[in-house]
Amino acid sequence: MTSAPIETDVAIIGAGPIGLFAVFELGLLDLKCHLVDILDRPGGQCTELYPEKPIYDIPGLPIVTGQELVGKLMEQIKPFNAQFHFGEMVTALERQSDGRWKLKSDVGTEIIAHAVVIAAGAGSFQPKRPPLPGIEHFENAGDGIGVHYAVRKMETFRGKNILIAGGGDSALDWAINLAPLAKSLTLVHHRDGFRAAQHSVNQMRELEKEGKVKFHVASVKAIHGEPGQLSGVTLSGADKKEWHHEADAFLPFFGLTIKLGPIAEFGINLHENLIPVDTARFESQTPGIFAIGDINSYPGKLKLILSGFHEAALMAQAAFHIARPNEKLRFQYTTSSSSLQKKLGVS
Amino acid sequence: MKIIAKDRKGKEHVLEGRDGWSVMEILRDGGLDIAAECGGACACATCHVYVTDDWYEKLPEPSESELDMLDMALAVEPGSSRLSCQITCSDATDGIKVTVAPE
Repeated sequence: MTSAPIETDVAIIGAGPIGLFAVFELGLLDLKCHLVDILDRPGGQCTELYPEKPIYDIPGLPIVTGQELVGKLMEQIKPFNAQFHFGEMVTALERQSDGRWKLKSDVGTEIIAHAVVIAAGAGSFQPKRPPLPGIEHFENAGDGIGVHYAVRKMETFRGKNILIAGGGDSALDWAINLAPLAKSLTLVHHRDGFRAAQHSVNQMRELEKEGKVKFHVASVKAIHGEPGQLSGVTLSGADKKEWHHEADAFLPFFGLTIKLGPIAEFGINLHENLIPVDTARFESQTPGIFAIGDINSYPGKLKLILSGFHEAALMAQAAFHIARPNEKLRFQYTTSSSSLQKKLGVS
Repeated sequence: MKIIAKDRKGKEHVLEGRDGWSVMEILRDGGLDIAAECGGACACATCHVYVTDDWYEKLPEPSESELDMLDMALAVEPGSSRLSCQITCSDATDGIKVTVAPE
């Protein structure tokens, strides 16, 4: 992408509950936000890890699920019209000559902002990579061959010998979808049971009966071939018996895990993968870069959503002075201020 | 009550368990490299351990939700793999041996 960089007041890395609430606090101060998140929807861990699990320690909400909380936050920040860049990972952060920051994402989006807020939780969600020596040599091998953690174009897998590992929805969905166009499709899982939706399991069993999917209770023990040219894997069955299985493509689907990712290369001070901040501004040791939520550390830090909300409010006050150096910050309450109520669209 | 835990480098740690705490909490507080991303909600499979030396059979059976979550763990060994957030320390687990699974 070569379009002109986006200019805004504040760029937020991470659209989890804390990044979302930061939009609210910044919005009350008339600061506009753009958010970047590697996931394809808002909510971070709340929606990715525990959408259905109840949370009991959000003040004023005796019980709320991760998904519901995110839904409510999205509703709360709607008046501020923040712009979201989903499915993107921020890969670089550079200071401009005018003092502002330029963020670059892995798909080429560029955002210039007065302040940057890192609300990235424990980092970015990335596919779990099976602990097989040399697996990295088969990643990015090309269309339809080697190791893939996602299917972008089904057509690239036509006529291939495909091996899928895993027992969740992604593993089964792709087994079902790729079986009709594969030369052969084998699914391996460590047990004869699946975490996936029942109708997917039924569909897979049907394809198995028709001989379109081969299913083994087995796991992948080793991966073979020349770098970039996968030839097959060693499978180990329930009885520990091992055999060679030929495959052009290996698709492991074990969900996502959190890696710190490129934040380590932003040039900001980190301590044990966390960003030390002061507790008045929640700013990192690099002025203009703030860190709120699980990603920061300070004496007494508790990794709670409610702590992140507080951090967002104080960060917003500090970010205001950076984005509007010549303006006076007027501290107001939403209960009594008609101008805040106007911003919220309630008066 | 003791937990004998092997880290990913093969080093053995003898940790003191606490009654009613999960093995995951003891491993994490003992400094072992265990992500436990979801904080013990049986929602992420990043506290995966191998329970060794006949200890697997001595533990209460894993719940259906733990078995489901283990589908998202890497390098699962049936008859040994457990999520350490779902094992509760008690006198009955004194001396339990676990090995942190690869990530």
